[in-house]
Amino acid sequence: MPRDLFRAELAELQDEVLVLGSMAEKAILDSMEALRDGDPAWSRKIIEDDMNVNKKRFEIEDRCLFVVASQQPMASDLRALASILYIITDLERIADHAEGIAKINLMLGDEPLPRRLGYIPGMADRAVAMLRGSLKAYIDHDVDSARQICDADDEVDRLQDSVYDESIKAMISDPSSVQRNTYLIWTAHNLERIADRCTNICERVIYLVTGKMEEINVSKY
Amino acid sequence: MPNSISLQPSEIGQRADSGTFSGISLEAENVIVPNEPIAISIEDWNLWYGSKQAVTHVSLKIPENKITALIGPSGCGKSTLLRSINRMNDLIPTVRSEGTVSYRGVNLYGPGIDPVEVRRRIGMVFQKPNPFPKSIFDNVMFGAKVNGFKGNQNELVERCLRRAALWDEVKDNLKKSGLALSGGQQQRLCIARAIANQPDIILMDEPCSALDPIATLKIEDLMRQLVKEYTIVIVTHNMQQAARVSDYTAFMLTDERVTGHLIEYRSTADIFTNPKDKRTEDYISGRFG
Repeated sequence: MPRDLFRAELAELQDEVLVLGSMAEKAILDSMEALRDGDPAWSRKIIEDDMNVNKKRFEIEDRCLFVVASQQPMASDLRALASILYIITDLERIADHAEGIAKINLMLGDEPLPRRLGYIPGMADRAVAMLRGSLKAYIDHDVDSARQICDADDEVDRLQDSVYDESIKAMISDPSSVQRNTYLIWTAHNLERIADRCTNICERVIYLVTGKMEEINVSKY
Repeated sequence: MPNSISLQPSEIGQRADSGTFSGISLEAENVIVPNEPIAISIEDWNLWYGSKQAVTHVSLKIPENKITALIGPSGCGKSTLLRSINRMNDLIPTVRSEGTVSYRGVNLYGPGIDPVEVRRRIGMVFQKPNPFPKSIFDNVMFGAKVNGFKGNQNELVERCLRRAALWDEVKDNLKKSGLALSGGQQQRLCIARAIANQPDIILMDEPCSALDPIATLKIEDLMRQLVKEYTIVIVTHNMQQAARVSDYTAFMLTDERVTGHLIEYRSTADIFTNPKDKRTEDYISGRFG
């Protein structure tokens, strides 16, 4: 079959997207665990490791651009490369949001343990499931799954509303908790943004397969 | 069935008695009709070289003041289709055809149509630059003289060479032989020669295949300039060229079923990012051809 080298390069790039995806996923899981355990050393490690995520993203971007320049891809090949360029941007930003959660943990400082995080772990679980699902849909070229995954974004939005409501109530009843609860609202916001980025990835899956650009789930945030 | 074609229009376009492809349904859902004024309308066009069919049931609307690219693997009938537009195939013995090619509503293969006048209005630039062994000036004037041009020759030559983006390079040496120019300059000279006949449409058959990359880009830039005044149809093997330069793209194919069949026709942006037919996709992404 002609263009074997190109096909092999495209397959390798796809694998690299999965590597970046797993780095982003690990950053979310680690940042949530560090937040729950109040572990500042771990959070500092997550912040440090974010440089590796950025580096990996630039490596993939570089390779993509070289393939575009050297192979001049067309049609679905062109869409595949364009999709990679967008997806790696979303994955890198997802890791940035995880880094944001790690920074919040540092700001919480000596907050006593165990921390009551309310709806936040549930949000994180859903966000991670969306990330895994969107990357699976990407590998499988599965448009139906991509659409279904986006529906979960509504649930993440609802949980963020709950975090907000609970935090406001807590601040009113205990004004000394204002700072702590503000940080929790920020954490929820980071998780909501991660879920949004996952819907972006799903939109790219639909574009990759159908050639149509569409916004499939407009977040209320 | 005539064995050789006559320039008598009434004999051209007679229905062929070959029924080889009768009963085969040729899908046309991926052939759009541009929502623009149409310069050339090709309807159910079929062409044979002797007993061998080269173009089969092609219907295609070519819009005015746009560049339409015909692409496809060797032997797909794209050059034959291009040459059908200005009746260049008439010059080949054993060719016969059926269907219509209409220009401004007039069937070019209808009775009483003068093929020489067809070729004046629909000019052609070939794969290999083919200037005459004459001066640059005489090359540009050649067709115009044949067509009885009575105006100011200097003005015409300058205007055509300017339009062909060659004037600045040759203005001090118009008496120099056209053959002494570089390949890219020779091709632009041939474009100037075609323009001198005041055509409406310019057909280009692989106009850059013998040129280096810089000369190729110059011709492509020139095409984008010329399309403001002319309708251009280009046959190219270079898909990047079709993507860079054209507004609409038609993909043709010969397969085990049908020779010279139009598979897909739509805007260039659509065909190169999201072709609908898998065969188009496979061809433009380099999987065959």
